[in-house]
Amino acid sequence: MQNFDLGKEGLRALNSALHALKGQTNMTAWEVVNPKGAHAIAAGVDAPVDITVRGSTGYYCAGMNKQATIRIKGSAGPGVAENMISGTVIIDGNASQYAGATGRGGLLVIKGNASSRCGVSMKGIDIVVHGSIGHMSAFMAQSGNLVVLGDAGDALGDSLYEARLFVRGSVKSLGADCIEKEMRPEHLALLADLLKRGEADGMARPEEFKRYGSARNLYNFNIDNASAY
Amino acid sequence: MTDLPRTPPRFSATFTPAVNAEIRRAAASGIYDIRGGGTKRHLPHFDDLLFLGASISRYPLEGYREKCATDVWLGTRFAKKPIHLDIPVTIAGMSFGALSGPAKEALGRGASAAGTSTTTGDGGMTEEERGHSKTLVYQYLPSRYGMNPDDLRRADAIEVVVGQGAKPGGGGMLLGQKISDRVANMRNLPKGIDQRSACRHPDWTGPDDLEIKIHELREITDWEKPIYVKVGGARPYYDTALAVKAGADVVVLDGMQGGTAATQDVFIEHVGMPILACIPQAVKALQDLGMHRKVQLIVSGGIRSGADVAKAMALGADAVAIGTAALIALGDNDPMWEEEYQKLGTTADAYDDWHEGKDPAGITTQDPELFKRFDPVLGGRRLKNYLKVMTLEAQTIARACGKNHLHNLEPEDLCSLTIEAAAMAGVPLAGTSWIPGRNGGF
Repeated sequence: MQNFDLGKEGLRALNSALHALKGQTNMTAWEVVNPKGAHAIAAGVDAPVDITVRGSTGYYCAGMNKQATIRIKGSAGPGVAENMISGTVIIDGNASQYAGATGRGGLLVIKGNASSRCGVSMKGIDIVVHGSIGHMSAFMAQSGNLVVLGDAGDALGDSLYEARLFVRGSVKSLGADCIEKEMRPEHLALLADLLKRGEADGMARPEEFKRYGSARNLYNFNIDNASAY
Repeated sequence: MTDLPRTPPRFSATFTPAVNAEIRRAAASGIYDIRGGGTKRHLPHFDDLLFLGASISRYPLEGYREKCATDVWLGTRFAKKPIHLDIPVTIAGMSFGALSGPAKEALGRGASAAGTSTTTGDGGMTEEERGHSKTLVYQYLPSRYGMNPDDLRRADAIEVVVGQGAKPGGGGMLLGQKISDRVANMRNLPKGIDQRSACRHPDWTGPDDLEIKIHELREITDWEKPIYVKVGGARPYYDTALAVKAGADVVVLDGMQGGTAATQDVFIEHVGMPILACIPQAVKALQDLGMHRKVQLIVSGGIRSGADVAKAMALGADAVAIGTAALIALGDNDPMWEEEYQKLGTTADAYDDWHEGKDPAGITTQDPELFKRFDPVLGGRRLKNYLKVMTLEAQTIARACGKNHLHNLEPEDLCSLTIEAAAMAGVPLAGTSWIPGRNGGF
């Protein structure tokens, strides 16, 4: 176990040490203490390591993560796990806006609530939120899965493409071109797997969710749809 | 009855034949006009400035004998690895998707041979461009198509795109007919659909967030890469100041003459400011902050010749970027394809339907049959020649002004031909000491 006191050693030293792990796997467990809401903690890691941050993080923690498992034992500021490529990020507390923005792969688990624009422009990431999500979540979401055990705010999935959204509670309103879709057996199986990987099995059953996706009416410009924008 | 002369037909200056044609087109289709390129209207531009040249009060340098340097360093503020270019004319961001793979390769070949950089675009980094560009600037755009940390790290600089001159405040658009399998795969979207690129970044809003975003990008790349911030010419004083405050190494400022792959004609023609009006405001912001020449300024939008390069630099820019001019150098809009332009209802030098993907020159297309027509080696050579000519032209002017480096050109070397240009550029009207709005009288 590598212990790192962020308050004493500073962010640059941490990220520099984590980036140096690329291609190595012999230092697999890291603990970061005194994060004190610093920005860009463990951003750009590219190694199969396990990093535990003891406390809350600022903006862009685990940004562009590849391979690493990053656990935040607190809450996360805006843009946590933005553009994640692979690996896993698990937040014990809440996440601020843009959680998992543009994520291309990997798994983001938020055990509390997520603010607005959760999964904005997501491109393949899986996001599991144990609580609720704010407005404009999954805006222009391209692919991947967003699972919400609680409720969703206004304009869910506005202008989304092929991402799949699963919400267990209420949806305040759907965004442009987002509709409820049939939950078929393959979706139930997918959801069961996501709940398990998202440390939420036993908290909810797949049958309790509704599925939302793109109506695909806005995929090609049509003047008759102008009022939808 | 006598044959009295009749009043000849008189066209309206307001309802011109072109205006009327657009009204008829809109009435028939119900859709606004979409096209590529930059503004086509007449604007105050570099043509409205002249160099004074040396005389008794200043002495010139000997052409062909006395050195006039052209190199430029970009990213000296924070980056561990700033960029050094031989010439101050860079290639602006143009996406793979908007352009064919061979066209991107040609840009890389030409720029590298001339000692300058190319820039990716809203579609990610292609092997053609990375492989052929000695110095490659990787754009960080709202869409984040193709964005990944490996490409960030193999770029030579990162350009955070906030806006562009053709459409400040607007997002991108790549219509379905240009979405080939490869383009769709790079952008993680279904083939054949219209691809909208957002107008705002998905994970930051405003200058305070931008500062944190730039910090993240520096952390991911271990503070090695210069970070540019690109803005469209709208409020250049404040945008430049805020970019500097947010930690930019370089500010890229694109006037409304700057091109786009596709957007609404009404946007291109009616939003933004000409580059001539933008440069002095950006330079003033840098000077007010004590950052002129410390944060470098790259300007673009209608740069066509070495004279334009020299004028932009005399106004205070560190370098310029070209997009449309580079495409023309490659062979875009060449009269050799006139027969095919006619079939498309247009003519050489006016073709701007780049979004349709039918470019006869094989440059702004994803159609393999069309881009086979384009030879990237020949295109690269043409671009290199053009860049060399621009540089020689700028040097010629600088020597005539007694400058041994293009960066030594200054506003005092210029005069304006029109009152508008004098006011915008902050350069006295020719034959006077008058800068409207500054010193009151003659």
